[in-house]
Amino acid sequence: MIDSLRHALNRVRAFLGKQPIDQDLEAEIHSHLGFAIEENLQRGMSADEARRQALARFGGVEQAKEEHRETRGLPLLDILLQDLRYTLRALRRDRVFTAVAVLILALGIGANVTVFSVVNTLLLRPLPFRDPQRLVWLAANQGKGGLSAVTYTVDAFEEFQRHNHSFQDVTSYQTFFNSIQYKLTGYGEPQPVFGVQVAGNFFPMLGVQPALGRLFSREECQKGGRPVALLSYPFWQRQFGANPAIVGHAITLNDQTVTIVGVVPNTFDFGSIFSPGLKVDFYVPAIMDFWRTWGNTLALVGRLKPGVTLAQAQAESNILFPQIKAAHPEWYENYLATMTDLKGYVSGKLRRSLIVLWCAVGLILLIVCLNLSNLLLARAAARSKEFALRRALGAGRGRIIRQLLTESLILSGIGGVLGLCFAFSVTLYLAHQGSIALPLLSSVRVDGSALAWTVLIAVFAAVLFGVVPAFKISGGNLQQALKDSGHGMSQGKTHEGLRAALVISEVGLACVLLIGAGLLLRSFLRVLDVDLGFQPSRAAAIKVDYDDGGKPARRGAILQEILRRVSAIPGIESAGIADMLPLDRNRSWGFQAKGKVYGKGELQGTLVYVVTPGYLGAMGMHLREGRDFSWHDTADSQRVVIINQAAARYHWPREDTVGRISLVGDRETRVIGVISDVRESSVEDASSPEMYLPMTQADPEGADLVVRTRLRPEALQSSVMGTLRAMNPGQPATEFRPIQQIVDHAVSPRRFFVLLVMIFAALGLILASLGIYGVISYSVTRQTQEIGIRMALGATQGRVQLGVIGKTLRLVLIGIAAGLAASIAVAKLIASLLFKTAPTDLITFLGTIVLLGLVAVFAGYIPARRASRIDPMNALRGN
Amino acid sequence: MPESKLDLLQGTLDLMVLQTLAAMGPLHGYGIARRIERVSDDVILLNQGTIYASLVRLLQRGWLSAEWGVSDNNRKAKFYSITKRGRKQLAQDAAYWQRLSSVMGRVLALREEGGH
Repeated sequence: MIDSLRHALNRVRAFLGKQPIDQDLEAEIHSHLGFAIEENLQRGMSADEARRQALARFGGVEQAKEEHRETRGLPLLDILLQDLRYTLRALRRDRVFTAVAVLILALGIGANVTVFSVVNTLLLRPLPFRDPQRLVWLAANQGKGGLSAVTYTVDAFEEFQRHNHSFQDVTSYQTFFNSIQYKLTGYGEPQPVFGVQVAGNFFPMLGVQPALGRLFSREECQKGGRPVALLSYPFWQRQFGANPAIVGHAITLNDQTVTIVGVVPNTFDFGSIFSPGLKVDFYVPAIMDFWRTWGNTLALVGRLKPGVTLAQAQAESNILFPQIKAAHPEWYENYLATMTDLKGYVSGKLRRSLIVLWCAVGLILLIVCLNLSNLLLARAAARSKEFALRRALGAGRGRIIRQLLTESLILSGIGGVLGLCFAFSVTLYLAHQGSIALPLLSSVRVDGSALAWTVLIAVFAAVLFGVVPAFKISGGNLQQALKDSGHGMSQGKTHEGLRAALVISEVGLACVLLIGAGLLLRSFLRVLDVDLGFQPSRAAAIKVDYDDGGKPARRGAILQEILRRVSAIPGIESAGIADMLPLDRNRSWGFQAKGKVYGKGELQGTLVYVVTPGYLGAMGMHLREGRDFSWHDTADSQRVVIINQAAARYHWPREDTVGRISLVGDRETRVIGVISDVRESSVEDASSPEMYLPMTQADPEGADLVVRTRLRPEALQSSVMGTLRAMNPGQPATEFRPIQQIVDHAVSPRRFFVLLVMIFAALGLILASLGIYGVISYSVTRQTQEIGIRMALGATQGRVQLGVIGKTLRLVLIGIAAGLAASIAVAKLIASLLFKTAPTDLITFLGTIVLLGLVAVFAGYIPARRASRIDPMNALRGN
Repeated sequence: MPESKLDLLQGTLDLMVLQTLAAMGPLHGYGIARRIERVSDDVILLNQGTIYASLVRLLQRGWLSAEWGVSDNNRKAKFYSITKRGRKQLAQDAAYWQRLSSVMGRVLALREEGGH
């Protein structure tokens, strides 16, 4: 055992230190022959005869050396090294080929590794928590409706936490984090900061340990406890220069002294998991006794006990929630939970898009391989004499295949390394794109598994594109090859057939990619075209801070004054204030037509927006009937509400709506207007029922000032901010948020996917056209003589060109036909990703055909032109 | 009629080298080759060069050690000697070989008898 290990080690050492051993052996053989000659001389031989005899007895110095090397070293590795040296020399000789091949491979492999990294992060890699597979997301109301519909009251949370037997623990966080505005003072100008309130057991249950300091204590999570906060890692770095001494110090948040007890590690990014695109600065304990009377505000996450399945937990809660509800007659709903594993909740919706992306990028790799096969075949044709010679000199077929595969592996190895660099920079870029609302995007990176993936696909690609040319070249008739690879000579027809087949497949695959990308692009354009119900361009929002002392009457006066002064700024067309903006966040309240009887479960929460007069106009919302609010709608006058068409249709299906009395909560409220539907939670989903209440009558949650401008909104930022500061010195220094940016954020996942698929399709198209060009160009070169003869016999330039282009089109049309057939199947598979676009969208299909046709004609035209310029005399003489 | 020379069975050369060194003490490559030829009365067909592959194999297994030195007739040469582990291996291999050859002898004798 140890002997054989020692033996192996010695062989490796011998392999590595070849030269000194060779010299040693040389000296030994020298002295051996010396002894032999001496002995022979003593026997009385002549000097020549003594030497001859000695050499004869020795039996071939070179054989002995070779045997020695084989015995002591690693002959297979020796051959590999030989191949490597040979390959590198060959590749250096053919610089253009090497550069093109490596570049194509780098693009293909790079794209694959990038997409793999994204897929790995979003779908494959577990969430960055302890035992993440046991974490479960609980949503009320079957996960449908606004935030208020799917969340829980404090009581429901605590009752479920107490009575269930499936979960080790259940935790929650406050979902209306957007509604609680924090401003940090004491560090220069007051600045807005973003905090999330979490239950005391939130971090311990997820298994998140603080990077510094400690988590919340039990007392700190109770009412009246000392105010404390945990900083997020980026905020700690940005605001406090990563100073560890900050732990234990107090900061001022909303004029309250809050002690920093710790820093959450960088690996925990609340936004990337629970609210993509959100940057959280700090976490504070959610004081349950404070939120108890606030309705549905908590999102629930549970950790299953070991051995309990999701289905078992679901079954238990299906029984448990109605029981709890029976014990609480005052509850409005039974909070029946729909459970999904947390990972599925976070990225489940993206699964299909990501898989499509993965397939698209796989197609790219295939096209890359086909292209390289083609390049290698073309190159091999030029080298066929070289290989024939090597075989004639005794190289076996296996040896030549091995040599060619070594070449492929080296090419794809270099391509892989470059591709990895490419993927590395792209993932780095993606991870810093806060504006793309994709979960976990910030943790996308090229990790160990991505490296393994790179190696895997590089080897896979090398074998795929190398094996066909290798067998093609190493086979065949030796004599034929030696004889006919002269310039201008025709080669076997099969060679060309193979290359044509490769190009046809390439065109087919590109066609599938183009049609897929085209359908997604059309969908995206349709999404951009959706009537949002408001006008995002030239409108911007800014968070407003004011102090009304909790009195609605005073609030009215302050807001009216703010709007009066802001509207007076030159360039501002209109202004209004709302507590929530569409596509941003929402909440819902009870709303019903007075006197109407609703069936069980018919009443869903209605989204509620508390706004000032002028807001609807500033947002560009369309009032279809009735009137806007006015400052005369006060706390003492008739309560009024404006609803959207969806609400009007739902509650008063066949009647006029304006003037009707509704119940908002349990207060009688007159409907004074109806607006066109607004896309409130997603650009792609139909509108839900909404109501708008005046800020003078209902309590807002925060305030966003929306201005519509004649100029670019940024140009007015300082004057608006100046006005707000003049009225309230505590106004935090926030930035204008263009409404368009909110819309862009909402459509960013689709934009992201469309952009990537389009890039891949473009890449596929370029590669396919390169392939077409290569094949046609090569066949023209090969037929130079033939074309020369035809021209000598009277064929015109035009006729020659037509011939070549016709040949190109023939190839491409077969490819397109195959591609179309495949595309129809593929389009059906991605139908659920399309928006208002049929999987058989005629424009997309026609567009693709025309585009591919044009590219093909162009790719064929260049060689065609060259063909038509052939000088018959030169061509005939050339051989 | 001259007897034709014997081809060496694979592996037997290693054993001969070990035995030669065990019996004679340190020797250089030529010395070993000559010794084997002489002991076999020159009936073994030995390309002397092949001894070096055998020597390096035995060296790498740790059964021999080697050192450059000077011979009696003042010529620089590499001297091989058998190691402790080499002796152990030799004992094992020799026993095996003897058992094998005695069995071979018996089997062949059996066939001759059967022929009569």
